[in-house]
This record gives sequence, structure tokens and C-alpha cells, in this order.
Amino acid sequence: MLLNEFLFLGAILFCIGVYGVIVRKNAVLVLMSIELILNSVNINLLAFSLRNGSADGQTFALYVIAVAAAEVGVGLALVLLMYRNSRSISLDELSEMKG
Amino acid sequence: MFFAAQTVETVLKSGWFLEHAWLIPLMPVIAFVLIIAYGKKMPMKGSEFGIASLLASLAVSVGAAYQWIQRVDGAAPEAFVAPVIKTWTWWESAGFSFGIGQHIDGLSLTLLVVVTLISTLVEIYSVEYLRGDIRYTHFFGALTLFSAGMLNMVLAENMIQLILGWEIMGMCSFLLIGHWWEDGANSRAALKAFFTTRTGDIGLLVGTSVLFFASNAWTQKTLGISGFTVRGLSAWALSGDPGHAAITVGAVALFIACIGKSGQFPLHTWLPDAMAGPTPVSSLLHSSTMVVAGVYLVARLYPVFFTGMNILGTNLNLIVLIGGITIVIAAALAFVQADIKKVLAYSTVSQLGYMMMGLGAGAWMPAVFHIFTHAFFKACLFLCAGSVSHSASHHSFDMKKDMGGLRKFMPITFATWIISTLALCGVFPFSGFFSKDEIIDNVGHNGYTMFMVLGLTGAFLTAAYMTRATYLTFNGKPRGAAAGAHDAHDAHDAHDTHDAHASRGPHESGLLITVPLMILAALALGAGFLNPAPLGEKWERMTHWVEPRPEVISPTGISVMASGPGEARVLTSPRAEEAEHESPCGTTTPTGGICVAPQIHHAPFKWSKALMSMLIVFLGGFLSWVLCVQLYGKKNPKLVGLTQRNKALGAGYLFLQNKYYLDSLYEKVIVHGIAHPVARAVYWFNQNVIDGVVNGFGTVVRKVSGWVYRNVDQRVVDGAVNGSAAVAQNAGSAIRPIQSGKVNQYGALLFGAAAIGALILVIINT
Repeated sequence: MLLNEFLFLGAILFCIGVYGVIVRKNAVLVLMSIELILNSVNINLLAFSLRNGSADGQTFALYVIAVAAAEVGVGLALVLLMYRNSRSISLDELSEMKG
Repeated sequence: MFFAAQTVETVLKSGWFLEHAWLIPLMPVIAFVLIIAYGKKMPMKGSEFGIASLLASLAVSVGAAYQWIQRVDGAAPEAFVAPVIKTWTWWESAGFSFGIGQHIDGLSLTLLVVVTLISTLVEIYSVEYLRGDIRYTHFFGALTLFSAGMLNMVLAENMIQLILGWEIMGMCSFLLIGHWWEDGANSRAALKAFFTTRTGDIGLLVGTSVLFFASNAWTQKTLGISGFTVRGLSAWALSGDPGHAAITVGAVALFIACIGKSGQFPLHTWLPDAMAGPTPVSSLLHSSTMVVAGVYLVARLYPVFFTGMNILGTNLNLIVLIGGITIVIAAALAFVQADIKKVLAYSTVSQLGYMMMGLGAGAWMPAVFHIFTHAFFKACLFLCAGSVSHSASHHSFDMKKDMGGLRKFMPITFATWIISTLALCGVFPFSGFFSKDEIIDNVGHNGYTMFMVLGLTGAFLTAAYMTRATYLTFNGKPRGAAAGAHDAHDAHDAHDTHDAHASRGPHESGLLITVPLMILAALALGAGFLNPAPLGEKWERMTHWVEPRPEVISPTGISVMASGPGEARVLTSPRAEEAEHESPCGTTTPTGGICVAPQIHHAPFKWSKALMSMLIVFLGGFLSWVLCVQLYGKKNPKLVGLTQRNKALGAGYLFLQNKYYLDSLYEKVIVHGIAHPVARAVYWFNQNVIDGVVNGFGTVVRKVSGWVYRNVDQRVVDGAVNGSAAVAQNAGSAIRPIQSGKVNQYGALLFGAAAIGALILVIINT
């Protein structure tokens, strides 16, 4: 069983995703990084589902995929509105909430 | 003749093509990938990949069919001929395993040959028909994948693989119908086709799951295969084991999917609109793929429907009822169409009704044979219509405005059209006669008298509307675009620019168009002689090769074959004693073995019945011809405008014009009828209940707060607030740098906090 390898892959993907969220200034790239994080979670779910021989994890992964699709829909709509308002999708421009 | 229960060992022949039939859908799939990846760079813009792959598939199909014939001929006359089944694990998880493979028998080979042949011809035809189209390469990609989907569905070994092919077809039909999506009407038609078939597809998923959960235990125990497999389901349905409710629910759900896909009443409304696609698509869609899928599913899982719907047990069941209604309802609609393709579309719906009616009434073999013959002549008719619009009527399909008198200009198109029309009407000795008449005959023989009458009515109407279409297109004087009027209403501006030839007036189409027409017309003429009932049983080769024999066999008799050219089969049935060939399959519970096909008797052929139906066909054609000459040719003042003058006729015409108001029913009554009252109810609830509560609450709160303000706020709170404000201000300015407004920084803080939390959790737990 390749459980360790699967978990390792998931961890790497998670770290890449976190790195992307923190470092990237482009809103679309940040959204993509969030997708990476979600999919690393999916890999973990699948890995454990395979190990335990139960379909629950796979079912849950399917739900995660569905929710992620909805999340991307909302996220891209936000980016689009942002672009309409400020002609840019750089997150640096979004600091109106600065205290 | 006494050799009671003993084992008979038969070696069934097999061969390379039979064992590698799974290549048939695979090759077009590879071609699809190549077309998408490299198509635009190729000299023929990708069409060569599609045509080459389909030719290769055709070769494999024909080879497999030949080897299947040898296999059947090598077996004993009444012995069951095991299908060539191969299966691999497709995917597997948590105890469920899904196979993918092939289930090759006479039925699937019939369809494989027909689909590959017609797809090949249609692609060759499209090379000329769509020359210079803006999405030429994509068109060939979608068309090739479409054929691959159908082929995959046809040889599917289990329901999951079947659903895969079914859905590929649904998606590709959406792409192809909406090929010219710049026109809003086309993309609406594509959406309508997609959603209508989707409505039915719910039934496919429900039916498959219901049947799986009902049958899996039995099939695993008896055959060691899952309840998704075609052979498992067939054997289970006839085993006497099924819980009756489950199999009925499963069969009805699957049949709903077939209604949607095969355009049966009441979900037939998408099919005529699907004419918005390019003509080769209509031809392929309406002859051998897509719409035949539903009929094929019923034929494939016939034991399930046989038991679930109690076919032959009563005089009425859902399948025969829907089929019978569809025949007449669609044929009547064909009379009020001005668009030549829509006439053909309704004719397809009506012919599919024949197939369903045949299947529902136990006429399995005639129905399958009708799929076979119908594919040829209907493909030919559509391609003829395309040829007319391509070379004569300037891309218009309007028979009344832009056609007429084309007989002289297009001799080949005219000749092939006439042959196919005669085949469609069921005139002896054209192929339609041998299949359609057999359906009507067998339906009557099996006790469904009322539906035999419906079938004969349909034959009458078919002859009449096809005569009308022929008259309008090829007779009389050229009108509109056919006469050279260029500003005539134009279907597709998109490719007019490349049509230098359109200005030459009507003329015969090029060889790439006429050769497929001629091949199809030859088949429409001759295919009937593969199964000609009037010539006696010796001549019915198709029945011999295709119809599964209803024999009780041991469960290992249809086990997955060992690789190798031959296949040993062990029979444990006391067959030799049954001189009358009376099989228990389908009527009683088989003992000591399983059945995979029910016993069905064929109606004996009688010339008197055939002559009667011929008479009806001629009567229909003749009456329609006389009417057409009077109405369109001589403009008889008594007939012209009759529908405006006579109220009853006018109402009937309006009823047909509006397609029985089914579209309005779906859109206005069902969609609006459900959506609008719900919206109104929600609005009322919002306005009266929620607003009332909110307003009342507001009033109460205002009064309470007034008292609180005067007594508590002004005196007690203010003092405390002023004190705490000073504290907050100091604290705030200390934390203020964190609220930078930078999203990334917030993210970093979030993950940091989460990491610390996780760390604490790990420490606590260990």
C-alpha cells in the first residue's frame, strides 16, 4: 500500500497551495492555489478510503469536488466584479479595508 | 432419440475479429484525439483520420460478422450460440468492480455493421457537403466521437459501459445539432435536444441502479458476475428469481430513458428541432445512431422488459402502447411540414414507433430487422434532402417555396430518393416491406389486434406523406431558389461565401455525394432479402444468425471465454427429447439451468395479409398523389385555402401545426405553471408574513428602546462607555498594523493560526 506516498503527495500539494495563497498577487492564481489545497485534501481522503476499503472517503471526495466547483464559480464572479471596478485583478489594489 | 440429461460438448468457432471486436469503438476514439490534436494541420483538415478509422472499424465489423455467421452455422440448429464476451476491470473500489469489454452476438453485430457503414458514408458525404465550413475540423471530430459513442454502447458488456456510450452520444449530439450556433435557433434546438434526452436519462440511472441492487446477489451466486452485466441481467430476468416489483420498476425506468432517446411520444419534441444541425448529422442521428439507441437498449435487455412489462402475457403494456401512439401521432404531423427535413424527422419518429411497438408485442426479430433496413433508407433519404439543398435550392429546405421540378436536374438524387421512399412505405420488394410488414403481422399474430390496426394506419399515412414530399420536391415547376431566385430565404449565410456553384442553378451533386447515395439506395433495395419471410424459412438467414435461441443452458454455458480460437461449452439439458422445440424460457422457471432469451413464436407468413397491407399503402400513395396534383399542381380552387374556409379542418390543421400543443404544454404549463405559482407564493409570503413579522418586531423594539434610552443608556451606560472607549482606542492603535487590508497577509495569518492549532492538537493527542 502506497499510503505514505499518497500522503506525501497530498502534503506537497498543500504546501504549494499555501505558498501560492500567501505569495501570489494575482487573484486568479490565488483561487487556483486554493483549488490545490482542496485537491490535496481529496488525495488524503482517497488514500485513507483505499486503505480502509470503504467507499465513504471517495464519496466525500466527490462532494468536495462539487463544492469546489461552486466555490470557483463564486470566486471567479468576484474576480470579474473586481476587474470591472478597478480594471485590475491584483490583490494589492484591494486594500480599502486597511485599518 | 433417447439421450436423457447428458452432457453434450460443442466447440463453437471463433476468430480474430470476433475476439477483437472491442477495437471497433476504440479506433474512432483514437481518431477523435488525432483530429483534435493535429486535424487542422492535415491536408484534408482532419477528415482523413475520421474516415480512415471508420473504414477500419467497418472492416473489423464485417470480419466479425462473417466469423459470427460461421460460428452459428457450425452449431446445432436449435442450440444456443454463446455470445463472445470479454471483460476487463475498468475500475474497482471498495468492493465494487466495474468491467469494460465486449458482448458480441448477432444483435450487436447487426448494429455494429450498420453503424460503421453509415458513419463511413456520412463522413465521405460531409467532405463535400461541409467543404469550407468554419468549424470543419471540429465537425469531423464530433462526428467521429459520436459514432464511437454509439459503437461503444452497442457492444457494451455491462450497463455502466452502455451508459458511457449513451452519454457520449448525448454530448456529441448537442455539439453537432448546435454546429452553427451563431444562429440562436440552432443553439436553442441543441439545448432542447440535450435537456429533453436528459429528462429521460434520469430513468437510465434509476433503472440501472434498481436492477443492480435487485439482481446482484443472484448473478453473483449463479454466474459469478455483477448485476450490471448484460448477460447477468438477461439470465436473472428469466430465472423466476426477480422480485416482481423491482424488475417492473427497473424496466419502466429504463423505458423512460428509451422514450427520451428514441423520440417516442411524449418526449419526441426534440427530434424535429434537431434538424437545425447540418444534414449529414441529421442523417446519422436519425438512421443508425442516437435515436436507435433507445430501441437497441430494449432489444438488448429484452428479457428484463419481457418479464418486467409482462410482454405476451397481456394485451397491453407500456412499450406497445407508447410505440403505437407514436406511429400515428408522428405520421400525422408529417403532413403539415413545409421543411423537407422535418417531414423526414417525423417519419423517423413514426418508424421508431414501429420498432418499439414490435418489441412491445414480442416481435423481437422483425423489430431488429426494421432497425437494420430503416437505417439504410432513412440515411439515404436525409442525404438526398441534403443533396437537394446543396446543389439545387441554395441551402433552403423549404419544399413549398424553394423546390419543385428537380427530377430533371438531379436524376441520381431523384432515383435514390424514389427507391428509399418505396422502401420506407413498405412496397414489395424493397427492404421496408420485409421488416415493417413482419412487425405488423407479428403484432397481430401475438394478439395485439388494436395495435396491428394502428400499424396499418401508420403505413397508410406514411405512403401519403412521402408522396406529398416527393411531389413537392421533384415534380411540378421549380419555385423560389430552385428556379434561381437568389435572394430566397437562406438557411446558412455562414457558408454561402464559398458557394460559387450555387449561382449555377439546380444541378446534380458531385460524386462524393452521389456515390454514398447510390450505395445506400442499393442497400435500401436489396437488404430486405436477408430476411424475406415470403420466401420461406430457409431464406430467413437473418433470423437464423441474429435471433438468440431460447435454450436452457448451464450457467457455465455463457461464461467468459478462455482465450483462443475455439470455445468448449457444456450442455446439461435434455434437449433431444423435445422434438417440438418448446422451450420453457420466458414462460416458466427454467430448471437445471438458465435462459438468456425468451421463447417467441413467429407469425406464419400469409400472402393475403401482405396483399392487404400493400393495398393500403397504394391507396395512401394514390389518394395523396391525386390531392397533391389538385392542390399544388392545378391549384384547384375548391382545395386551395380549404383549411381557412372549413372550420373543422382548420382546427385540425392548427392542432397539427402546433404539434398537439406539446411544446406549449412543456414550456407554458409545466415550466411556467410550476415556476410562476411558486414564485408568486413566495412573494406573497415575503410581503405579508415576513414583512408583517419584521414590521411588528420593529414597532415593539422601537418602543422598548425608547424607554431604555431614556433610563438606562443616558445615565448608566454613557459613563462606562466613555471609560472603555479610551481603553479600546489604545488597544486598537496597538493591533492596527495587522489590519493591513492585504489579502495575502490575512491568508498567511490564517494558515499560521491553523498550523499552531494543529500543532497543539497533535501535542495534546500524543
